Amino acid sequence: MTALWIAIGIWLAAWALNVWLSASPISQTRLGKLLVPLVFGATVLVLWEGLVRGLGIAPVILPAPSAIAAKIAVSLPILWQDFAQTILKGAIPGFLIGAGAAFLVAIAIDRSPFLQRGLLPIGNFVAALPIVGLAPILVMWFGFDWQSKAAVVVVMVFFPMLVNIVAGLQASERMQRDLMATWGASYVQTLIKLRLPAAMPFVFNGLKIASTLALIGAIVAEFFGSPVYGMGFRISTEVGRLGLDMVWAEIAVAALAGSALYGLVALIERWVTFWHPSQRH
Amino acid sequence: MKDKASQPVIEARGLNLVFQTADGPVQALKDVNLTINQGDFVSFIGPSGCGKTTFLRAIAALEHPTSGTLTVNGMPPDEARRRRAYGYVFQAAGLYPWRTIAGNIRLPLEIMGFSRAEQDERTARVLDLVELTGFGKKFPWQLSGGMQQRASIARALAFDADILLMDEPFGALDEIVRDRLNEEVLKLWARTGKTIGFVTHSIPEAVYLSTKIVVMSPRPGRITDVIDSPLPKERPLDIRDSREFIEIAHRVREGLRAGHHDD
Amino acid sequence: MNRVLPVLTVLTGIVVIWYAAAVWMNAAWVFDQAQRAGQEVTWAEVIPQTMDQPRPLLPPPHQVGAELWKGLFGQAVTSKRSLVYHGIVTLKGTMMGFGLGIVVGVLLAMAIVRFRVMDLSVMPWAIISQTVPIVALAPMIITVSSQLGLSGRDVPKAVIAAYLSFFPVLVSMVKGLRSPDQMQLDLLKTYGAGEAATFLKLRLPASMPYFFASLKVAVAASLVGTIVGELPTGAIEGLGARMLIGSQFGEPLIMWAALFAAAILAGLLILTVGLVERVARRRMGVPA
Repeated sequence: MTALWIAIGIWLAAWALNVWLSASPISQTRLGKLLVPLVFGATVLVLWEGLVRGLGIAPVILPAPSAIAAKIAVSLPILWQDFAQTILKGAIPGFLIGAGAAFLVAIAIDRSPFLQRGLLPIGNFVAALPIVGLAPILVMWFGFDWQSKAAVVVVMVFFPMLVNIVAGLQASERMQRDLMATWGASYVQTLIKLRLPAAMPFVFNGLKIASTLALIGAIVAEFFGSPVYGMGFRISTEVGRLGLDMVWAEIAVAALAGSALYGLVALIERWVTFWHPSQRH
Repeated sequence: MKDKASQPVIEARGLNLVFQTADGPVQALKDVNLTINQGDFVSFIGPSGCGKTTFLRAIAALEHPTSGTLTVNGMPPDEARRRRAYGYVFQAAGLYPWRTIAGNIRLPLEIMGFSRAEQDERTARVLDLVELTGFGKKFPWQLSGGMQQRASIARALAFDADILLMDEPFGALDEIVRDRLNEEVLKLWARTGKTIGFVTHSIPEAVYLSTKIVVMSPRPGRITDVIDSPLPKERPLDIRDSREFIEIAHRVREGLRAGHHDD
Repeated sequence: MNRVLPVLTVLTGIVVIWYAAAVWMNAAWVFDQAQRAGQEVTWAEVIPQTMDQPRPLLPPPHQVGAELWKGLFGQAVTSKRSLVYHGIVTLKGTMMGFGLGIVVGVLLAMAIVRFRVMDLSVMPWAIISQTVPIVALAPMIITVSSQLGLSGRDVPKAVIAAYLSFFPVLVSMVKGLRSPDQMQLDLLKTYGAGEAATFLKLRLPASMPYFFASLKVAVAASLVGTIVGELPTGAIEGLGARMLIGSQFGEPLIMWAALFAAAILAGLLILTVGLVERVARRRMGVPA
């Protein structure tokens, strides 16, 4: 029980620290904005460790963070193999192909308001559907290896991207299009110099949504058949064997990969749309 | 320049323009007849809905008349646009936030296919003309509203269009900035000899700037008076206290009021 | 009319492409069969045979439609083969997750807007939580809840659904509760209003349009979460489980019917929430 009380004590102290930090001028600085959530995250881990040890929770229900860390340390080759299979071969190619295809389709229907009026409501609707349900069908079509995972990701990513890009291409102001017209700009010139840059905030909004969907798609697809490696495969088999420390290790990798992909997209967004009010500080 | 003066640049004869709206057709312009000569500074003034902006947009081929004839440099507006006859300045500066000030001024030059060297040379020249030298590398959102509007004027000047069309360019700025920019526009006009069409709400602004004031009234949009200003070309700000100035302003006000009687 | 015609055109296009793809993908099986029997087949003979295979690679629309009809209306709604039965199971999970998600989202948003320490500590983690692929957690949440003695799948499914649906509510509510400007807040101060009054009279009403706008996204996310919660091994009830069963027994028609049933359910949910939003907006005097 002492472990639990120590953990609760640390939690309270850290929370008090955060309350103090938030009220102090430090929290206005970049360091403070990083420090407070980090302190919070660390105390969650401490509390978790204390809970597991103090209450003697069985590892088949909730392994302690230290146990998970130990498991990660000894399983690096397996984790890397699973990561490469699911993220590098499944999620990322699917993400790129799906976003690229959406971009091409958006440009292709750009000159036809008729097709846009037809495709947009359907795209909006499909984007809200549980497309993960297509996973078993695509696994049947493309086999057990990464191709089917990438295919699931392509389908999941395509519609939210399409909807966002089409909306983005309509985002330029009327006045700016009029200006282009007074200069006698061609369709392609207006597209490249005005409408594509103006669409970028929307495109990145879509890419951020798509980056999370990509990981979900790649992992779910593995529940329906995969080679004997991959993050989804490992999770479902280890759950069956009650090897929860390994499951948590995979979850940690998934969380890291998800945050990294999202962070990468956000970073590129900052660089490309530096001019947008939401990015100016 | 002198010999070209008083040569008609813009001619409208029996011009009508009807918008189809959800509430039925709206007559934006009715039987408009107007001649604008080379080097004129023409102001269009009137309450909202009088068609002053619509007329300016029709000249720039952004709207298409329903009937009547409209020629620019002796050709239809579409043709004139292809020959880059217009520089257009809107009420909002409309600068692209992802381009620097210099990049914005270069934009029409890129579209029109000027060489890189010429783009640089022209950009530097017009930046100097609107007194923004040194601000070329800034982004629009780092500049004040008045400076942004000056940059948008520079952009309209960059490709040396004969005709400068300005749609309430200073409407969103405060009085003090507006006075300064008015002076600058006059200087610019004197230096370049361009033909300028200028839409405004403000009577003093119209009288101060123009050689010709076109008074318009709404429902349907039409011209009620055209006043040729006797003021000299050289106009210090305090000319606004002179008797002639006040007389013209009075006549414009009368014209605006007459237009309102029909309501 | 202006909107119906383009949509119908695109839908027709999709159906045509679908049929063409069905012929193309299912033809291989027909040729295979013929070869085994030592027969020659022409395309004219092949095409009809691609239209009603028992295990088609891609069932043509009418086959899916027939299977869907059979699943929805072909049997008593209490039957384990009825898609209505499975749909109701999924709907129940979705609504529980949706409700839980709303409660968590709103409470967190209130705390975040009120306490700066919550804003700084929790908000970044709320964002990170959405970059974690929840599906990775799904199998584990299910085993753990059964270890804890919770029989059935209702609780774990609701947890997964809530995990996906709380986020849009949270983000919109934070934005909404912060939407009153300084002038409005100052005005209430001049009336001597306390914190509770400011919250009830200004912040809460101001946040309502944001709240309702987030519900559509949240309910769709909740449905995805529920279906994902039904996917992992051992599930027997719900549309997700039907997809899994179809996959395991190699019955593509079951998968397709379940998929379309899920799409119909999603459509109904979004429609309903949209309707609620419209009514609420009208009551608050916001033009719909």
